[in-house]
Amino acid sequence: MSEKPKFAMYWAASCGGCEIAVLNIGEKILDVDANFDVAFWPVAMDAKYKDVEEMPDKSILLTLFNGGIRNEENAHMAKLLRQKSQILVSFGSCATEGCVPGLANLSSREEVFAAAYDSITSDTLGIRPQYSYEVPEGTLTLPIFNTIVRTLDQVVDVDYYMPGCPPESHQIGAVIDLVIQVLHGQAELPPKGSVIGAGGSTVCDECGRIRNVKKITKFRRLHEVAEIDPVLCLLEQGILCNGPATRDGCGALCPAVGAPCAGCYGPAQDVVDYGARLMTAVSSVIDSNDPKEIDRILDDIVDPAGTFYRFNLAHSLLHASKTAVS
Amino acid sequence: MSEKFEPIIIGFTCNWCSYRAADLAGTARVKYPPNIRLIRLMCSGRVDPTFILKALSEGADAVLITGCHPGECHYIEQNYKTMRRVKLLQRTLAQMGIEPERVKLVWASAAQGVMLAQEITKMVEEVRALGPLNWPGRMREATIIGEHPAVEEVVA
Amino acid sequence: MSQDTHAEDKERIGVYVCHCGSNISATVDVEDVAVWSKDALGEDGVVVSRDYKFMCSSLGQELIERDIQEQGLTRVVVAACSPHLHEQTFRGACNRAGLNGYLCEMVSIREQVSWVHTDKVAATAKAKAMVAGGVERVIKNEPLEPLHVPIHEHTLVVGGGIAGIQAALEIADSGNKVYLVEREASIGGHMAQFDKTFPTLDCAACILTPKMVTAGNHPNIELLTWSEVERVDGYVGNFTVTIKQKPRYVDTDLCTGCGICWEKCPKKVVDEVFEAGLGYRTAVYTPFAQAVPKYPVIDPDTCTYFLRGKCRACEKLCPTDAIDFSQTVTYKTVTVGNIILATGFDTFDARRIPQYGYGRLANVFTSVEFERMCNAAGPTNGDIVMRDGVSKPESVAIVHCVGSRDRNYNNHCSVICCMSSLKFAHLVKERTGARVYNFYIDMRTAYKDYDEFYQRLLEEGNLFIRGRVAEITDAARLPGEEGKLIVQAEDTLVGKQRRVPVDMVVLAVGLEPRHDAAEVAHKFGISCSSNGWFIEKHPKLDPVATMTEGIYVAGAAQGPKDIPSSVAQGSAAAARVLSRINKGEIELEPVRATVDAQKCSGCRICNDLCPFGAIIFHEDLMVTEINHALCQGCGTCVAACPAGAISGSGFSNEQVMSQIEGLLAFSLPNNLIELVPA
Repeated sequence: MSEKPKFAMYWAASCGGCEIAVLNIGEKILDVDANFDVAFWPVAMDAKYKDVEEMPDKSILLTLFNGGIRNEENAHMAKLLRQKSQILVSFGSCATEGCVPGLANLSSREEVFAAAYDSITSDTLGIRPQYSYEVPEGTLTLPIFNTIVRTLDQVVDVDYYMPGCPPESHQIGAVIDLVIQVLHGQAELPPKGSVIGAGGSTVCDECGRIRNVKKITKFRRLHEVAEIDPVLCLLEQGILCNGPATRDGCGALCPAVGAPCAGCYGPAQDVVDYGARLMTAVSSVIDSNDPKEIDRILDDIVDPAGTFYRFNLAHSLLHASKTAVS
Repeated sequence: MSEKFEPIIIGFTCNWCSYRAADLAGTARVKYPPNIRLIRLMCSGRVDPTFILKALSEGADAVLITGCHPGECHYIEQNYKTMRRVKLLQRTLAQMGIEPERVKLVWASAAQGVMLAQEITKMVEEVRALGPLNWPGRMREATIIGEHPAVEEVVA
Repeated sequence: MSQDTHAEDKERIGVYVCHCGSNISATVDVEDVAVWSKDALGEDGVVVSRDYKFMCSSLGQELIERDIQEQGLTRVVVAACSPHLHEQTFRGACNRAGLNGYLCEMVSIREQVSWVHTDKVAATAKAKAMVAGGVERVIKNEPLEPLHVPIHEHTLVVGGGIAGIQAALEIADSGNKVYLVEREASIGGHMAQFDKTFPTLDCAACILTPKMVTAGNHPNIELLTWSEVERVDGYVGNFTVTIKQKPRYVDTDLCTGCGICWEKCPKKVVDEVFEAGLGYRTAVYTPFAQAVPKYPVIDPDTCTYFLRGKCRACEKLCPTDAIDFSQTVTYKTVTVGNIILATGFDTFDARRIPQYGYGRLANVFTSVEFERMCNAAGPTNGDIVMRDGVSKPESVAIVHCVGSRDRNYNNHCSVICCMSSLKFAHLVKERTGARVYNFYIDMRTAYKDYDEFYQRLLEEGNLFIRGRVAEITDAARLPGEEGKLIVQAEDTLVGKQRRVPVDMVVLAVGLEPRHDAAEVAHKFGISCSSNGWFIEKHPKLDPVATMTEGIYVAGAAQGPKDIPSSVAQGSAAAARVLSRINKGEIELEPVRATVDAQKCSGCRICNDLCPFGAIIFHEDLMVTEINHALCQGCGTCVAACPAGAISGSGFSNEQVMSQIEGLLAFSLPNNLIELVPA
């Protein structure tokens, strides 16, 4: 057997896009294969949790963990992989910030179940997950569905963070190159806790749109804009764009095609609460000092929590709504 | 242990008006309940929504933001920005189930020590009526893994 | 508590709890707070904690200094009174002991605890929480140095009324250059319109014109009349001011002020400004005979040449060929270190109270019209006559508080109207022998010799009716009212309605902020109060400074005031400016915002947030920068930056966030319920 270092990737509460993004790196996947033994990667090869449990501690060099911690299985695997890995990377928005699944933290567990089991299907039997169920062959169990979605670093110690929903393939490629260089003694790892595969500024830095002094008198949702100016800053057109508060690294793909930045790369360096930054920025440039008019302008922001915390709620200062944690 | 809930309120004050109003309340020996702890900033415009969220997440039951009256800001018009920020934050917090009364904006000039004391007294009573927010406690509860309530419901 | 404080390079913090005699210790268990601080906050680095009778005394300060030196303290927290009282004291103590003063934090347990709370247990608990907040915050404090800014020795005075003239003369007399900018064609302001001044009744012109002439001839004063400040850039010590000079159409190098042009000008127009509509002037004119400068201006809105393309009589007749119709607007840029705003007031427009009939009833006059009428150099040569210009009134009503102390118009008291109304009453009595009725709400005759003047007026037989006038009408109802103006008011001293028929009514119109005060305030980066006056830095202790360093206010622009107060403020503002010029530089609090260019993405969210113009955007680099000399340290941009790229010294995110942690660390509900008795 080879002496190549071991690589693992795991998928917790997420959509699977991160896995696709890794496969999207093209030929670079061959470099991964050339330099690593894939020890555990459920989406790509068969493996059992038991196999991981039997590995010696710290025997995996690099684990890319994507997905948030929604249930006890996620938490268990996070702890297990932490134990077995030398470098644990919080990979993608779900693991790092909770991402869209983290918006479930606006609702109580019962509300989440009601939405999932009562409103989608035609049967209204009030069925709920049964955590333990007796069958002739024995007892079947389901992992407990936690009260709130947590990020990976709220459950275990994390070495690096790689933001994005999903992380851009060229950034994944660059990180892989770096790790391989480190393996060959040609580079050094960044300090623990660093954000990797992203920039140090915000999306505006990579956005080519023309920017002026901002004065907003009306917010519009994308479908309400008859014609989007192709070169002017979207925020100046009243379209809520999260670019000013969102870490760069994606290449400003969304604003380039006329879609506002949704904020998937998370907060800029050292920012404590992403939503707070967006709220303060957006409200600061509202062009009115009249309380009533300000209210009228703000009425156009129909879902502030969902807008400003779309990717970040689980990692925000409050983590969740009062309803979710009552 | 007393049954009565005593809220803790964090107050942000402007160096030029409301902090001086608090000074004046002191000098004039105007009484108000001890549930508020003030932080001095240069201007209410310095109040970052992060500070408010931080205070709530660290255990404050409510946050009071005070600044100069509209048109009287010592930095010309920065208090209007505070007003916009607080309004937007209140909307977001409402969606998160946090009562708007828990984040309050009050204008107080340096001369309004009595008014500030009255506002504080009123707010303490309002928040007492709302009950504890106790965010750290809620978060501890939310992350404790235990028997799932739904388990019994369905199995039974 | 934050974890990084457990690092090896932990700060060594001293906590000092003041008794303030018994001011604090009567309500807060200061010994307990001191002992607790070291016990509970030892983990955070508190190595010394003491309580002392008077921390601000020299012995108290020495205590801190000794501990800094002997115990190697790196941070100091003083729990005592408000930082507004003693922050400088304790920073000074730290500096003397070799510790940067900005590493000291004050916690106000007197104004915010002992003086406002009564329950000792709760007050002590709150004091502890506040000390914890101060300790957590001070750990994040950074050593700072005050900013030093050099002061340019030139000064700009805006407004050539008595306040501005006084300020300009004081500064110019000290040997420093002053630019005195006046919007009208002559300096002099409202005072130049008056005949007599209360309470001494000396002639306004006699005391004002010498000052005007001195200002006009002063080698250190550059008079810029018929001019307005267009824009102001820069900051204390170094303002760049652009002044717009309207064309006079008169070459002031050639003009001798001989007066031939205005004597011969065929175009007569009503003078709405200086003569308040009572008199006429020509299209080429000086506002009044003693105008400074003596050069006339041509008003292009009324001059026949400008309206019809011909006339030019003045040009033909001018003996020195000084008329120059080719002049255009010019701009002058000056550099000054300080600016004094003495832009004065407007008077209340009496038409806004229709029931008083001004503009409808001929013999209802405003106080400004009446001033001109009384003036020997005015349109009636000082004769007090009715609107027909001939008849003398046999009875005159003077209505006080017109547009003042009235929630429909202005809440404020205009200060001068009681005294000027008394002056009018005296003049009417003296010159016409008419019966004079004063309708007043309250007589306000504070200040030196003012009440004596009131007593004198009472003795002269003037009539005083206490009550606000409801209506002035010419609709006669009772015998004796025909052909008269009837003043209807409730006499509140006897509790009945009165109808007083008179020949003439004088409305003592109130003082209002200049119509463009808000615009001017914005231009100079200062504030107006909600009723429109310029706001001073402190209403009692700093009445002529403003919140913007280097900008001072004087005279009625800051609030209604009489001549003595305006002159005093003019001198006071000049003194403040001179002390700055003398020192040569100014020390500023180093509370400033700074942009981290690496983090700034040039989103331009902050670009419009600074009222002081301190935020500059570099188009080429696509980053924003903050000019520290212009920044006033409010922190609004720091709080607004979506990228967290702007930091604020003195009030950093880290300081505030840590203070929040400290304030709440010992007050979680389960702790608190025991602490605060129900």
